[in-house]
Amino acid sequence: MMTGDGSLALAALLLHALGFLTLAIVAPLRRLGRPAAYVSIACAVGSLVSAVLAWQQHMGGAVSRRVWEWLPAQGQTLATVGILADSDSTVMLSLVALVACLVQVYSLSYLSDEPAPSFGRYYTYQSLFAFSMMGLVLAPNLAQLFICWELVGLSSYLLIGFWYRKPEAARAAVKAFWITKAGDVGLLIGIVLLWRQSGTFDLTEMRVLVESGALPVAGLSIITFCLYLGAAGKSAQFPMHIWLPDAMEGPTPVSALIHAATMVTAGVYLLLRTEWLFALTPDVLLIVAWIGAFTALLAAVLACVQDDIKRVLAYSTVSQLGYMMTAIGAGFASAGFFHLLTHGLFKALLFLGAGAVIHAVHSNDLPHMGGLAKRMPQTAIVFLVGTLSLAGIPLFGGFLSKEEILGAVWAGGLVGPFLLLMLVAFLTAFYMFRVVFLAFFGTPPAHPHHGAHPHDPPAAMALPLWILAGLSMAVGIYFTFTHPETEFTSPGWLMPTAVGTAVAGILLAWLTYERQVINAGRLAAAFGPIRYAAINRFWIDDIFEGIYNAVLLGFSRVVGWLDRYIVDGVLNVVSSWTLTSGDDLRTLQTGRVQDYVYGVAVGLLILLLWARWALA
Amino acid sequence: MGLQAYLTLAAIVFSIGLFGVVTRRNTIGILLGIELMLNSVNINLVAFSRFSGDVTGMIFTVFTICITVVEAALGLAIVILLFRVRRTVTADHLDLLKG
Repeated sequence: MMTGDGSLALAALLLHALGFLTLAIVAPLRRLGRPAAYVSIACAVGSLVSAVLAWQQHMGGAVSRRVWEWLPAQGQTLATVGILADSDSTVMLSLVALVACLVQVYSLSYLSDEPAPSFGRYYTYQSLFAFSMMGLVLAPNLAQLFICWELVGLSSYLLIGFWYRKPEAARAAVKAFWITKAGDVGLLIGIVLLWRQSGTFDLTEMRVLVESGALPVAGLSIITFCLYLGAAGKSAQFPMHIWLPDAMEGPTPVSALIHAATMVTAGVYLLLRTEWLFALTPDVLLIVAWIGAFTALLAAVLACVQDDIKRVLAYSTVSQLGYMMTAIGAGFASAGFFHLLTHGLFKALLFLGAGAVIHAVHSNDLPHMGGLAKRMPQTAIVFLVGTLSLAGIPLFGGFLSKEEILGAVWAGGLVGPFLLLMLVAFLTAFYMFRVVFLAFFGTPPAHPHHGAHPHDPPAAMALPLWILAGLSMAVGIYFTFTHPETEFTSPGWLMPTAVGTAVAGILLAWLTYERQVINAGRLAAAFGPIRYAAINRFWIDDIFEGIYNAVLLGFSRVVGWLDRYIVDGVLNVVSSWTLTSGDDLRTLQTGRVQDYVYGVAVGLLILLLWARWALA
Repeated sequence: MGLQAYLTLAAIVFSIGLFGVVTRRNTIGILLGIELMLNSVNINLVAFSRFSGDVTGMIFTVFTICITVVEAALGLAIVILLFRVRRTVTADHLDLLKG
């Protein structure tokens, strides 16, 4: 079986396609709900197994590439479809397969109140989502990558708007779709420009061109910037991050999927895949790094003032994506990718944990929670594991990857972004432990939300939580003791400083929200203007809205005026001419036979005269 | 008398007929005008036949006269029916096709 020809990776991809097609085509099965879910989960499990096996095959660096002709054009093939399985893509594939599988299992219980048809619909979308993301991950060329990229956007639109009867959800879905679409236009332009420059969509061929120096560097900056635009849209980089917090309107497992493994990671992954291309354009990399660091800080500040547990997590994702982007900008994409993988594990864990809390409390708001550790201990433990991972505490998942990013940024010589990221590390620990202390410790709320009955989740929800917590711990412990080799050396003071920063953040949260030595209100007042700005989301949404109102609506008004008065005006004039001339002409029709005879006679006379003089 | 004279006569008769058709207010007058026009054609046919020494034109004329009779009968029948329905045979009043 260990042929290493990529058939396992292909199987992982096609199993999800099978699940999706089965559910999409066999409508009666889909409407049954539960059986549809079992079909989808069976495919997901199979896919997970194949993906992990494929990862085992390719871990050592073996690369297998299988492509089929798709668009033949005049002797050469314009586009191919297929898979490119190497160590990066298969490990990503495993992450996607794992999270997709766990989320599907989790949803069995989380969405058990849904009516059967929409339950089936949910699983159909889930399969499509996983398939699209896997297709993107395995894409051997940019054309296939773009198609899957758009499919990912489509399926996230469908899933964010899963409760489409809720106006906010529908709005959030449209917002996510449009904002990412704005970036996608950049990506498409970039891909086409790159094709013009290199003559191929294929990543492997292009890499050969780049490495042999055959690709002209002139104008490449624009291309890589366009590619980055697409990545920034999907990976929620400033100022296109505004869709991600709103995407929380979808069901919580969907948020876990979007934030951990699919959708937002696509942008980072794209940059990883085209790392060698970006290396040629250091100016664009610098932009990537600065925007990444800025996004990380902005989102971390925003996360500190949120009362909705999912929104805190959403902003933390934006912040962590900024981290990854900064590392890529520093020139060490592998560090960013490493964080992407560990982040995928614990962010899925955090979201699913938050889902368990929301399921129990029937509310997203932190004031409705409190003292949950006693009543749902299991959830509290796994959530704490996720939080410690995110904060970057040794022995937990995110520890080493975070250090690596900081080290990479330092090694890349980007002092400014490095300092921003250190500040973000502090804020991350603070806001995450703010959630932990507010939700799981302290006193239960005096007025719990209607219908709240906190309890640990049922097995179908608990199992994914424990698996993810175990994996986060395992990864953390493994990498704490066996340092992976890196392309750079981080200074010795880095790790203690980073851990110290995180601990300081935890301490501040503890003092503020648990011991209440520091008054939370006074702390907030100390940062009054920033807090005020953060509550208003730094007015970025308003700016977008203003642009929309001023530019788009203004333009629409001009076009509308032109249509109403110029286009319609011409038509009205022509039609009124037709009417009046018709009105005048109809008087010729007297209805009297003699007039017609007279006309015939005169006509005949004219013809005769004409024949006499003209033809003679 | 040469062919010219016959043709001139026919032309005059035709013109009188046409004038009648166009100007008469009475439908029966119009029918009379049509008869005149048809007979002017008959004159032409006979004249040409006589001068070219071919009897075909004469035979044709016999046919034409028969058909004219039939046409007159039909026309008068239509006028009578028209009178029954509209209580008038004045051409000016029969303008149902007026636009």
